[in-house]
Amino acid sequence: MTAKLILSMDGLVLKEMPLAKERTTIGRKAHNDIQIDNLAISGEHAVIVTILNDSFLEDLNSTNGTYVNGQPIKKHFLQSNDVIELGKYRLKYVNEQPAGAAAGADYEKTLVLRPGTARPAPAPTAQIQPGDTHPGMAAHAAAPAPQGAPAAAPLPQGAAVSPSAAQRAPAAAPAPPPASAAAPAASAAAAAAPVGVGVIQILNGANAGKALELTKTLTTLGKPGVQVAVITRRPQGYFITHVEGAQMPIVDGKPIDPQAHPLGNHDVIELAGVKMEFFFKS
Amino acid sequence: MDLSQVLQVVLRTDPGMVRGHNEDSVWADGALGMAILADGMGGYNAGEVASGMATTLLSTELGRLFAETPPYRLDAAGQPYARSALAAEIAKANGAIFQSAQSQPQYAGMGTTLVAAVFYDNRLMVAHIGDSRLYRQRGESFGPITRDHSLLQEQLDSGLITPEEAKLSHNKNLVTRALGIEAAVEPEIRDFDVLPGDIYLLCSDGLNDMVSDEDISATLTSMGANLELAGDQLIQMANDNGGRDNVSVILVKVLGAFPAPHGWWEQFLAWLK
Repeated sequence: MTAKLILSMDGLVLKEMPLAKERTTIGRKAHNDIQIDNLAISGEHAVIVTILNDSFLEDLNSTNGTYVNGQPIKKHFLQSNDVIELGKYRLKYVNEQPAGAAAGADYEKTLVLRPGTARPAPAPTAQIQPGDTHPGMAAHAAAPAPQGAPAAAPLPQGAAVSPSAAQRAPAAAPAPPPASAAAPAASAAAAAAPVGVGVIQILNGANAGKALELTKTLTTLGKPGVQVAVITRRPQGYFITHVEGAQMPIVDGKPIDPQAHPLGNHDVIELAGVKMEFFFKS
Repeated sequence: MDLSQVLQVVLRTDPGMVRGHNEDSVWADGALGMAILADGMGGYNAGEVASGMATTLLSTELGRLFAETPPYRLDAAGQPYARSALAAEIAKANGAIFQSAQSQPQYAGMGTTLVAAVFYDNRLMVAHIGDSRLYRQRGESFGPITRDHSLLQEQLDSGLITPEEAKLSHNKNLVTRALGIEAAVEPEIRDFDVLPGDIYLLCSDGLNDMVSDEDISATLTSMGANLELAGDQLIQMANDNGGRDNVSVILVKVLGAFPAPHGWWEQFLAWLK
């Protein structure tokens, strides 16, 4: 599925343009891919570089500048529904492919980017074959990775969306995984969201009364080398697991098994002589 | 040299929550000081075949070679034998996978990523191809010591996108090198010093795409004393976060120093053992 731009002025849609090319130029002069005949627009105003499934907008030192979602930009990695503002005109960028993460299973299968060969490849896992027009990428792929940044960025070379790349997600792809899969980076927090935030409060000793919110995926309790347990935050709740030490942590008067033990509201944990209460923040 | 007393090894591999089968393959031997992880790709079961061939061929052949010539022995170029042995055996495994893919239609186009680690003489030789990684936890510091061979990494290197933007990329799954895809492949081979207390993590992208580096590091820090538990926790976090890909980890914890016997007398004793 190719990304597209929707050109509008004063809320009126003028036209839709697929981003089919590696470089899509925007400007007032006639040779631009997207010509906007308006004096507020520079002759060569901006360019959109599309590399496979991602597009990048770059301002070409235009007189009046390029704005995305109200902010002036020099270079910008376009995200779906970004609005590019050029004078009175609006260009909305639409890329309906779910960001890497949320797509169907086949979408994410690892593919090899390599120089084109005549050898056919099996359909769902087809290699992307950039073809003869992109020798730069081919050479790059074959060369040992330089330690520093290669001066020749993949940008000018390896760009066109090959048919096998664009269509590799079969229509009958399996249903997307649960919503928790959407954002891997923020996934821990998102995945655990259905469960309220847990808190442990110390009940005895010098630190009695002190409380700790269990917002992280892992919280370590105890003293390394003596007795350590970890509380893990999972989509289905909080669990305590014994890590090291001769003694198992005690939950509600009983030592736990070596397996992870689910924590209930107001459970009392005893570890290395310290008593703590676990409860959900109200 | 038997390293089983100084290297603790844990392996885990799991199909994840979405995929029907597991195309990853893992192999490790603490005594030999070797760990190999491969993430296969290709239709039907070809991915498993490619990754399985990679780990089996490399573990067998390297084990045989290192029994004859220790990995720390310097060659004419002044390099430890581990380097040339890895290069030669990776080339052979690449040829074998490529030949199978060429000759059998059901395996056409199969290939695999690879990360292989050889521990010797307080050092570590790492060979990798594609986007399977080797991470190192040393005290407070944690991070990958391999650099992916992927389009995304090239975009990061060239400054086209920032690490923050990379999380939003649609091009995460494109590797620029793989084993068995072409007649020849160039592995990246580097060596590193090793310190007691280090924990090394070899993983497929099913881990690092699903679990943040912070959570991986927190797991190794809090559960490092119980390596089996840490292995389980890494797999569990990947699956809790969606488990969209096969996920495999090999953990290697360095319990002590392992210098190679360098004097002739030490070598003679080592030879007697």
